[in-house]
Amino acid sequence: MEPEQAPDSAGPEYVLHLFITGATPNSTQAVRNLQDICERYLPGRCELQIVDIYQQPELARAERIVAAPTLIKKQPGLVRFLVGDLSDRRRVLSLLGLVPDPNDPYLHD
Amino acid sequence: MTAAPALPQLPKAPTGIDGLDEITNGGLPQGRPTLLCGSAGCGKTLMSVEFLVRGIEEFDEPGVLMAFEETADELAANVTSLGFDLKQLVADKKLRLDHVHVDRSEIEETGEYDLEGLFIRLGYAIDSIGAKRVVLDTIESLFSGFSNQAVLRSEIRRLFRWLKDKGVTTIITAERGDGSLTRQGLEEYVSDCVILLDNRVINQITTRRLRIVKYRGSTHGTNEYPYLITEDGISVLPVTSLKLEHEVSNEVVSTGVPGLDEMFTRGGLYRGSSTLITGTAGTAKTTLAAAFAAEACRRGERCLYFAFEESPQQLMRNMRSVGLDLQPFVEQGLLHIEASRPTLNGLEQHLVTLHKLIGQFRPQAVVIDPISNLVSVGSITEVRGMLTRLIDYLKVQGITALFTALVSGRSANQEMTEEGVSSLVDTWIHVRDLEGIGERNRGVSILKARGMAHSNQVREFVVTHEGIRLLDVVIGPGGIVTGASRQTQFLQEQAVAVAAQQEIERRERELERKRRVLEATIANLRTEFESVEEELRRSNQEEEQRHQELSQARQQIAAGHNARPGNHSAAAPANS
Repeated sequence: MEPEQAPDSAGPEYVLHLFITGATPNSTQAVRNLQDICERYLPGRCELQIVDIYQQPELARAERIVAAPTLIKKQPGLVRFLVGDLSDRRRVLSLLGLVPDPNDPYLHD
Repeated sequence: MTAAPALPQLPKAPTGIDGLDEITNGGLPQGRPTLLCGSAGCGKTLMSVEFLVRGIEEFDEPGVLMAFEETADELAANVTSLGFDLKQLVADKKLRLDHVHVDRSEIEETGEYDLEGLFIRLGYAIDSIGAKRVVLDTIESLFSGFSNQAVLRSEIRRLFRWLKDKGVTTIITAERGDGSLTRQGLEEYVSDCVILLDNRVINQITTRRLRIVKYRGSTHGTNEYPYLITEDGISVLPVTSLKLEHEVSNEVVSTGVPGLDEMFTRGGLYRGSSTLITGTAGTAKTTLAAAFAAEACRRGERCLYFAFEESPQQLMRNMRSVGLDLQPFVEQGLLHIEASRPTLNGLEQHLVTLHKLIGQFRPQAVVIDPISNLVSVGSITEVRGMLTRLIDYLKVQGITALFTALVSGRSANQEMTEEGVSSLVDTWIHVRDLEGIGERNRGVSILKARGMAHSNQVREFVVTHEGIRLLDVVIGPGGIVTGASRQTQFLQEQAVAVAAQQEIERRERELERKRRVLEATIANLRTEFESVEEELRRSNQEEEQRHQELSQARQQIAAGHNARPGNHSAAAPANS
């Protein structure tokens, strides 16, 4: 499933920052979705940071957060803002450059 | 604000922007959002930045500027020209600039979301400096970054509600849309106060106008008001009150021409009143205006002279030729002559210049020479609007004002009525050519003078080396006469007077002659009388002498008889 290894992997391959707003439905859903993706597709390859901007509002400005929840893909490639609760699994995977796993139960809902 | 009288008024946050607070009766609704919409280049951002800066500087209300289009650095640079130092304010923790960058190419939607991030940023910015004012410029940019309109609309609605709950006075700017106030119909959500800015080009002159479309819970000016972006920020006109309730003075000031003063029963113009001098070309309007200005300076008052036709030097030289030396007043700082071409600026700019100079110089008298030239830069309606505002402003300030206006010969009165100025001013003096046979003379008359009786005569006046002198009224057989007819009349009157004098002298001489004749006769009679008297007196004396001699002789006879004794008989005949 994971054919290519990053050749110069000083750090983790994927750096993902998820900004959530407390325990709102969208946020909990996003956390759940992202954790599932990381476990299923990126075990050990990803540095995941979850920030509650209610707790650290100053980060919202620094990280240019407008919508919530927002997943910022810092690496690899271009910085991307994935806005929403990450329920659109196919879209999320394609944005992260991952190939969908046919066994993924969330792919077809 | 401190709004807790018997009937609580809608609390308002003064903007500090010139004129806007007057139109809105005190400012924007406090603690509520206001929508500021307009097309490109209207100064929406500028006005909202000024709202924040003035709020900080004048009312000590910190502010947050959330910019969706420009970065903090760009914003700061753009308003430096107005003297706003945003960076300093940020450093002083009075202002927070937050640039919200929304880039469609970076954003992907993957499910349900809201704009809570924006709320948190804004809330954090507000709480960190205790902001009372917020500007969102231009929130519609969000629509280009997010595709889910339903979410955006409900979130924007929620944002405004949230801002209201937070009690911050907010300005939301928005681009003007086709057929609606804003492109995204934001006016649906902001229902407290909507201000529309407009940028129009008419006859190659751009005028920016502001209109308050709605203001819930408050009265407001409903007109379109011109506004300007000046080097001090935005200036909305009128800078004056909308009401007619200025103080009035009973004091009377001179027009600078003694004869003209006498034509008013109170001997001059009321202080703080406005006077219009109309006249055709070359009827000494400027001279009258300069005389008024010089007289004000002579009283020790400051006078501001706006010359739209002559440069200060030219004006002073020309006035010197008629005995009005303005130079000393200029040197004393009592007189300030501001000369500019009417076409230099648009009308509003002129008005602002006038306002600014009046504000700086604080004059007691203002002369504008002439107002009719302003028509060249605006339509008559606009000029009237501007003059209304100007006259209103001057009256509120208690400044005695004098305007001159050039009118064309025929329809002198009509024209000024059209311009509507005549109904604005308190006193209307008309100077005109009195064209007779082969000559022109100048005549001055008073068409109206509010609050005092005045002469109804057309008085001829001459411009001499000592200034303007009104001539006495000369009434000839055909009415009041002027010029050469006046001379003729004068000569005729002189001839009649000489003839009368000669007649009197002739009679005097006649009388003298008669007296002399009479006196001669009297002398004759007296001489005659004297000679008769002398003769009579002499004969009287002779008679007396004779009588004495006779009585002496008798005594002697009697004495002789008595000497002889016993001769009694001789005495008897002596006694008989």
